[in-house]
Amino acid sequence: MNNLPVQHAGAITEYMEAIQEILTEEKPTETGIEVSGSVALLEALIVEGVDTIFGYPGGAIMPIYDALFDYNDKLNHILVRHEQGGIHAGQGYARSSGKCGVVFATSGPGATNLVTGLADAQIDSTPLVCITGQVFAHLLGTDAFQETDVINITTPVTKWNYQVTDATEIPEVIAKAFYIARSGRPGPVLIDITKNAQIQLFNYKGYTPCNHIRSYRPKPIVRPQYIQQAAELINEAKKPFILFGQGVILGSAEQEFKAFVEKSGIPAAWTVLGAGAIPTDHPLNVGMLGMHGNYGPNVLTNECDVLIAIGMRFDDRVTGRLDKYAKQAKVIHLDIDPAEIDKNVKSTVPVWGDCKETLPLLTALVDEKQHTEWLAKFNDYTRQEVEQVIEKELNPTTAEMTMGEVIKQLNELTKGEAIIVTDVGQHQMVACRYAQFNNTRSNVTSGGLGTMGFALPAAIGAKFGAQDRTVVAIIGDGGFQMTCQELGTIMQSGIDVKIIILNNRFLGMVRQWQELFNSRRYSFVDIQSPDFVALAAAYRIPGKCIEDRKDLPSALNEMLSNKGSFLLEVMVTKENNVFPMVPQGCSVSEIRLK
Amino acid sequence: MTQDTEKQEFNITVYTENQIGLLNRIAIIFTRRKINIDSLNTSPSEIERIHRFNIVITESEDVVRKLTRQIEKQVEVLKCYYHTNADVIWQEMALYKVSTDVIAEKVSVERLLRENGARVVVLRKDYTVFETTGHREETDNLISILQPYGLIEFVRSARVAIIKDSDGFNRKLREFERLEPGEDVIENEYLNQGQKVFTM
Ligand SMILES: Cc1ncc(C[n+]2csc(CCOP(=O)(O)OP(=O)(O)O)c2C)c(N)n1
Repeated sequence: MNNLPVQHAGAITEYMEAIQEILTEEKPTETGIEVSGSVALLEALIVEGVDTIFGYPGGAIMPIYDALFDYNDKLNHILVRHEQGGIHAGQGYARSSGKCGVVFATSGPGATNLVTGLADAQIDSTPLVCITGQVFAHLLGTDAFQETDVINITTPVTKWNYQVTDATEIPEVIAKAFYIARSGRPGPVLIDITKNAQIQLFNYKGYTPCNHIRSYRPKPIVRPQYIQQAAELINEAKKPFILFGQGVILGSAEQEFKAFVEKSGIPAAWTVLGAGAIPTDHPLNVGMLGMHGNYGPNVLTNECDVLIAIGMRFDDRVTGRLDKYAKQAKVIHLDIDPAEIDKNVKSTVPVWGDCKETLPLLTALVDEKQHTEWLAKFNDYTRQEVEQVIEKELNPTTAEMTMGEVIKQLNELTKGEAIIVTDVGQHQMVACRYAQFNNTRSNVTSGGLGTMGFALPAAIGAKFGAQDRTVVAIIGDGGFQMTCQELGTIMQSGIDVKIIILNNRFLGMVRQWQELFNSRRYSFVDIQSPDFVALAAAYRIPGKCIEDRKDLPSALNEMLSNKGSFLLEVMVTKENNVFPMVPQGCSVSEIRLK
Repeated sequence: MTQDTEKQEFNITVYTENQIGLLNRIAIIFTRRKINIDSLNTSPSEIERIHRFNIVITESEDVVRKLTRQIEKQVEVLKCYYHTNADVIWQEMALYKVSTDVIAEKVSVERLLRENGARVVVLRKDYTVFETTGHREETDNLISILQPYGLIEFVRSARVAIIKDSDGFNRKLREFERLEPGEDVIENEYLNQGQKVFTM
């Protein structure tokens, strides 16, 4: 004890005092067992079906970690290298498994390190329950060691948050946390537990999961009259067009969605987070929407007569200039979140509700049809895009490799069965555009927040969430350096994640904008990198760096067949641009092919 | 549509659980969009454990509609409505402290009280406190009358507003509380009955 730093020793003394205080309190006599708040928390997690926790310990969460020591066989705790890595891993886990991610962090800096991930999970509707330790309740507001006002810091970036200062609240609050995180439009929940509540013993009477909060309506009531109106519009439409987003995946409505698309025969395009809700090669899947989406879906948004938006929120990266977006079309918007209806695009028919419920109702009422001519229009645009953009990207004749050809080769080897986790930048757009997704829950990326540094930890989490699937992280040389310490997590947990760094020796996406819009004034986008393969080796992860096209198939093969993680660095063209592109402030019809 | 985008005063009424931190959650819906809150009143409603907020902002209906949906989305918000000034009866209360000597000497107190619907709350040797309730112009008016006579202190409350067309509100709220199911409730039972309580 004498060797401990002063504040640490102080904390321990306080801890001992608090325990003394609690132990001398009278014990409850009725039935139930006496447990600490920490034990009650862990018991709650088990009832909620949690198997994996991503976390990092510290002073204010020590009682929970002490209890966790005895729960090692039931709860698999993964020690990350940074709390941001922990929360992104939780997100990756949630996205690949459909379950709720769970993250532990200590007070102060531990908790503030979660903020980026919370914001990311909030905007991408990812279910998470984060537990943060907090200083003793009697120290709140005193600027105690490692005290930060976590509740107020995280309010704008959580679906719900709550501070527990008394252990007796724990079962009920954790039940609420899981219910809120998972139900309706999912999102992150943060529970801040003061140290005294973690230690406090109380009479624990078991755990009841929550399925109702009187002020909270996770799903709006489905209104049959709107379904009817929507079906009428669809049945009269000559050029209907479906836009689908992550709502289909979050609602586990992939089958219902496929049935709707196939019966109505309507071409369907996806947002980045909707990718994989139906397979990439489905004949009615016409491609990706938005800034770097496909040519046809963007241009034809402004030609369709009925736009059917399903589980998507009309992000500005999808719509481009709003006052020139689908003005000719009648808009049907299916969403579980009433606040999304009419937020960006005014709907003609709002179909509030969970699309797992609303889609079958709609499918029942729509006519079975084929829109052959209309679909052919999409194919015409695809042909132009292939000629002018895709061919060059996937089958380049240049000396240097392109990002696209790496993805193409990867598709051939994984046959579209892998989970692809991407970071943010050019490689992300290229991967989303060209990766083949046969299955749902296969595209894990930071869509709404665009968080560089997301991919490596998210890939770790994605693998824990889907252990029988291959997980390939595709990351830029810039983004990799934001969270590369998580190689340590891979090393220690032994998890199998394939890492591809597409190295263009630039902060590529920013460089592209500087080239196109700032007359090539390359301001601080030239980024140097360490020897990534040596870095991986330092973490005992095998790796390889390739520059020649001829080495690509064998290197990818080596990576995929390696037992355990592998890092493959591919040197690609320095100054390639992602096209097509809807420049910011332009309408989707002004999409550029070069 | 033009009417939708014209700015005017709106009264936002929010029924909520009594929960620490909820005020912040609601406030940041405005501050995030750089919208100023002109007036904010929060107080327990007639139903135990349910609080009522009255918020006044100057915005277009289009924006206000979106804001109310964001507010209603908060887990602990039961219901949120918005109304124009024409749709509500509203009042603000003001207190004025003036020197009793000056008032006694120079002002016809009786006329002052009558003309401004004011009343005396406290009458002491050293000072007098008047109170009046009304719209902003009315409480402002009394300031300008008292100002020349050495107004010592003035304070005005936030606006409270009663909705003209609120038939059944109290009943609905009570019903809402009664509907709180017990622990063994089947999932979504509430949703099936929700329409009867508050439509969405
Ligand atoms: C945390 C964070 N900081 C900054 C940005 C802005 N940004 C978006 S893309 C990008 C460049 C990414 O470069 P790199 O990781 O090398 O990927 P590339 O675009 O070259 O594929 C930057 C800096 C961001 N999205 N996230």
